Order: sequence, then C-alpha cells, then structure tokens
Amino acid sequence: MNPYLLPGLVVVVLLTVAIGAYGLRFARTTSDFLVASRSVSPSWNAAAISGEYLSAASFLGVAGLVLRYGVDVLWYPVGFAAGYLALLLFVAAPLRRSGAFTLPDFCQVRLRSVPARRLATLFVLFIGCLYLLPQLQGAGLTFRTLTGGHYAWGALLVAVVVTGNVAFGGMRAITFVQAFQYWLKLTALAVPMIFLILQWQADARPAVTPPAGAVFPAATTVVIEQDAVLDSGRAVHAGETLSFAAGDPVPTVSAVDAGFGDGWLLPGGQKSLFATYSLILATFLGTMGLPHVLVRFYTNPDGSSARRTTLVVLALVGLFYLLPTLYGVLGRIYTPQLLMTGNTDAVVLLLPEAALGHGHLGRLLGALVTAGALAAFLSTSSGLLTSVAGVIFTDLLRSGRNGSVRDFRLATLLAAVVPTGLALFVSDMDVSQVVGLAFAVAASSFCPLLVLGIWWRGLTDTGAIAGLITGGGAAVAAVLLTVLGPPLDGWAAEVIGQPAAWTVPLAFAVMIGGSLLTGRRRPDDINATMLRLHAPESLRT
Amino acid sequence: MAVDPSPLPRTRVVLADATARRDPADRTRTDLTEQTPVGEALVKGLVRAQLALALRLAAVVVAGLGTLPLLFAVAPAVGRFRVLGVPLPWLLLGFLSFPFLVGVGAAYVHWAERNEQDFTALIRRPDR
Repeated sequence: MNPYLLPGLVVVVLLTVAIGAYGLRFARTTSDFLVASRSVSPSWNAAAISGEYLSAASFLGVAGLVLRYGVDVLWYPVGFAAGYLALLLFVAAPLRRSGAFTLPDFCQVRLRSVPARRLATLFVLFIGCLYLLPQLQGAGLTFRTLTGGHYAWGALLVAVVVTGNVAFGGMRAITFVQAFQYWLKLTALAVPMIFLILQWQADARPAVTPPAGAVFPAATTVVIEQDAVLDSGRAVHAGETLSFAAGDPVPTVSAVDAGFGDGWLLPGGQKSLFATYSLILATFLGTMGLPHVLVRFYTNPDGSSARRTTLVVLALVGLFYLLPTLYGVLGRIYTPQLLMTGNTDAVVLLLPEAALGHGHLGRLLGALVTAGALAAFLSTSSGLLTSVAGVIFTDLLRSGRNGSVRDFRLATLLAAVVPTGLALFVSDMDVSQVVGLAFAVAASSFCPLLVLGIWWRGLTDTGAIAGLITGGGAAVAAVLLTVLGPPLDGWAAEVIGQPAAWTVPLAFAVMIGGSLLTGRRRPDDINATMLRLHAPESLRT
Repeated sequence: MAVDPSPLPRTRVVLADATARRDPADRTRTDLTEQTPVGEALVKGLVRAQLALALRLAAVVVAGLGTLPLLFAVAPAVGRFRVLGVPLPWLLLGFLSFPFLVGVGAAYVHWAERNEQDFTALIRRPDR
C-alpha cells in the first residue's frame, strides 16, 4: 500500500474538522446555522458552491466514463457546467429575491399553497437521498480499491465526519469547508496532470488509439472480476489472474461494456442521438433543481450578487472539468487493465502511479489525488445533508414551535441515518448512473416549477402539483425501475434509463395545461410577488 | 497633516430617519407597491425584458452546443476533422465549450444589470 495515503487522508479529515470548528466560533444563532447570516462574499460563496457541486461523480466518474466510452460522454461534464448557465439565466437573481431558503419555501412564496409545499418537500428528500447514496457508496468503493479494507468502513467514515461537521457547524462552517475543498479538488487533479503530461511527452507521446489496438505499457497482472469471454475466444472466470508483459496487446472482455478504436474516438459510437439529447436535457436543466445548490443562493446578500456568484461558479466548474477528460484519455494509454476489470471509476486514483512508477513522485501524487477524492465525498455529502436537514428542520420539526439549533442537529441526524443505512446494504449500484438519474428527477420536477413560477404569472398551485406528480412522478418511477427492476434492453432501456427527454416536456406541458384550466386559483398577490422576484433591491423601501 | 481648528458641532445621526426622509411625492414607487395599473405595467415590462434576454442567450447556447450531436450524426466527416492532431469533437466538447458557456454567462450578467438599471432610472425619474 502507498505509504503517503493514510497521512494524506488524515490531513484532509483534520483540516475539514478544523475549518469547521473555526467556522463554529462565528455560528451562534439559528440564522448562522442555516444561511451563514447572509454575510458570505460572492467569491467565497462561489468557491463553496463549486466545492459542494463537484461530487464523486465529477471527480472520479467523469474520467471513468471517458476512459470507457470516449467522446460521447463528454456531454456529462459539458452538461454539469451548462446547468449553471441555465440557473444563471432563469433562476439565480429572482430566486434570491424571493427570499426562499429551500424549494418548499419557494412554493409557499409563489403559490401560497401548503399541499404544493408538502409535495416539494417529498421531492427534496427523494433527490437528496438519491444523490447522497452514491457519494457514500463511492467513498466505500474507493476505500476498498486503495486499502483492500471493507467497503462499509469507507462509507461510515465519510458519513460520520460529515454528520458531525454539519450538525455542529451548520452553514457558516460549511461555507469555509466547501471553499477549501474546491481548491483542494482542483489542485489534486491539476498538479498530477502536469507531471502526467510531461511523462507522456517523455514517453515519445504514445498514441491514444493506436491503429493496431492498445498494448500494455508495462508488465501487468489483471484479476478478472466477472465470468466472460476474451476476444481470442478464451473463456475466463471471476477471480482468475492473467499476466501480460509490456507490449502485449490488450484483450477485450465480453462482460465489460466499453468503446474501442473509432467507436471510442468519434461521436455517435456509444450513445444514440436520443440518449445524448436526453442526457443534455437532464444535466442542463437538472442543476437548478438540486436542493443543495439552491440553498446556497440564500447566503448571497442580494439578487445581483447571486448572479455574479453564479457566473464565478460557472467559470470555476468549467475550469475543473477540463481535467477529468485528460485523465480518461491518458488512462487509455497507461491503465488499459481497467477496461478488462470494468473498474473504470478508479482511473483517477490509479493513473499517477501507473504512469509515473511506484517511486516517491508517483506515490505522493497518488496520495494527493486520493485526498482530492475524499474531499469530493465530504463536500458534496455535507452540502446535501445541510439542505435535506434544512428541509426536515423547517417543514417537519419546526411546525408548532420555534426552531432551535438543537432541532437542527436532530434534523441532521435524521437526514443522515437513511442514506447511510442504504449505502451499507446496497453496494452494487453504478455511481455515475445514479447521479444522472438524480439530475433527471430534478429536471422533471423542480425545473418547470421554478422556471414557470418565476417567469409566468399564470402558474397556479393546482397546475404545479399536477406537473410535479406526472412529470416528477414519471421520472421517479423510471429511476426506481432502473435501480431496482430487472435489466432492460432495446428501446425500453433507452426510454427508461435516460428518461429526461420525455419527462421534462411532460412536466412542463401538464403544469401549463393544469394552470390554464384553473386560472381562477392564481394567487391574489401575484403582482406583488412578481415585483418582489424581479425588481432590484435598491427599489425596496 | 493639519488639525481641524474648529470642529463642526456634533449632530446625532439616526439611521432609521434615512428612510423616512425620502421624497414623499415619489409617485412611481407608490405605483409599484400599491399595485396600480401603471405599476403592474412597469413590472410586466421588466419581467418581459429579462425573460427575452434570457431566452435569446439560451437560444445562442442551443444553436452553439445543442446542435452539435445532430451535426455529428448528419455529417460524420465533421467529426473526423482534426485540429492540431486533436479530433474536432474532443476539442469542442472537452475544451472550447467551457469558455463559450462562461462568455454567454458574462454577457447575460452585463445586460441583465443594465435592464435593472434602466428600470431603476425609470422609477426614480424626478419629473413624474
């Protein structure tokens, strides 16, 4: 095992707790816990939002997908970044001006409807759990890959650190922690990449897709993980060990789905046009509906700073996403054995040592990348937990009595128990796929609610509820079918596995239709609400 | 540094008075808050201007990025084109799309703030 690994991980956990404790010195009131008393500057806030957003799926998953499928999955990072543009164009400033802290709050402000608020609460809890679960699983899998230890310990470690930090520091502490973790994640990918590119130059720039097929760069031992057939026709069994010398061709394994040659290099080789557009729709429109993203906007002092914050986030996130693609591409050269085991999510973790050797440099950079991965699990889970706990706190616990900091801590514990329990029992779900499904649910429920609620005075509570139930409900059903149901194939797999292309238009259509039919239920104070959402703060008396 | 020889007499400043001191004849502001037809039309105008701006820039992104999968499917030759040895789709999606998105975002922030300044100037116009 890499001797630098443990110190690196311990330093990240200690720094997270220390910065959280430092933030705690300022967190005294409930307002501090929930919204950092709205005193966070745009640059801190933007780094915090980016740190919170770049999850295990971005840090590990994107590079793994690129390694496996090539150019067609570049739409994931593009969509993850473009989601912030959609958020900026349609949601950022009006949402901040609405004064809503969570999505259920927005329902209350805009629709004046308690049932709509309850329904939105359900969706926040579902999306929050759906997104939290793969983070904890990713932590467990990384722990197992690197230390050979048990999966559950990695998941539990992250769950305990995050719950403690959120419960005792709240939003104020979390802002500093998240901002620190953005820069840690960027450094953890950027610094090793400089050395990797220098190494690639020194190796006389080996081709990414050599015409004669990929070869092993060094002597490699591969442990097959599933029963399969090699392209030579030889059958292999799970647990079988294959040895290759440097320069041997890399065999393809039938049980591992991956692209090769032109199918990897050129568009359209791996995904159909329908799947590509569905993915684009889900990621472009889903970001604005993720609960942990919206909570952050309330910490801006006013609407224009919310806009500026979002623009900085877009730049920071875009800067980060330049890197995972390069890891995926170089992984094609230096870690081709991952295409045989199917463990492609580990490419970011394994590439530094595979390319730079097992000397001090390779091991140090390997430890740095792993520390970045830990930061990714910690920050996204913290943000999700804060927002889910915020919803439990405001909608479930506080009814009838004034909320206290103790209630918020109780809410945090409640919010953490369910996903942690699930993560311990379910370990075979695919990280990137589940995250993509969470985006699809958000895009088919909260995106229409926010966009129509902010820009169209005709939206009524009945229309909104009908749209949430049909569009969001259809997406939830597709998610449950994909995750729990039998494996599908053919067109059914595409329509169910990438549902956004039909659930998003469905949600919009039902919301608009339902609102037109119930025009009388439009809130009386809609003009005052529109003024509040769109007029600059300087006009308020 | 010269010391002020005769300091002005001290006055008590009460911050809450600052809001009360605003011009009572500020009719447009009243139009806005009291929901008169004039106020409603003003807000509608602002919402429409901001929405039109957002939709226009969204259309730029749809045209610039959203049409790419279709383009690659219809004209595969474009996907095989190489710039400095890098296939065009990799260059466009892996690198150039991010500065493009940031550029569109910066343009939006600039124009959206200008719309708001125009609106504020309209409300604050003294000769109404």
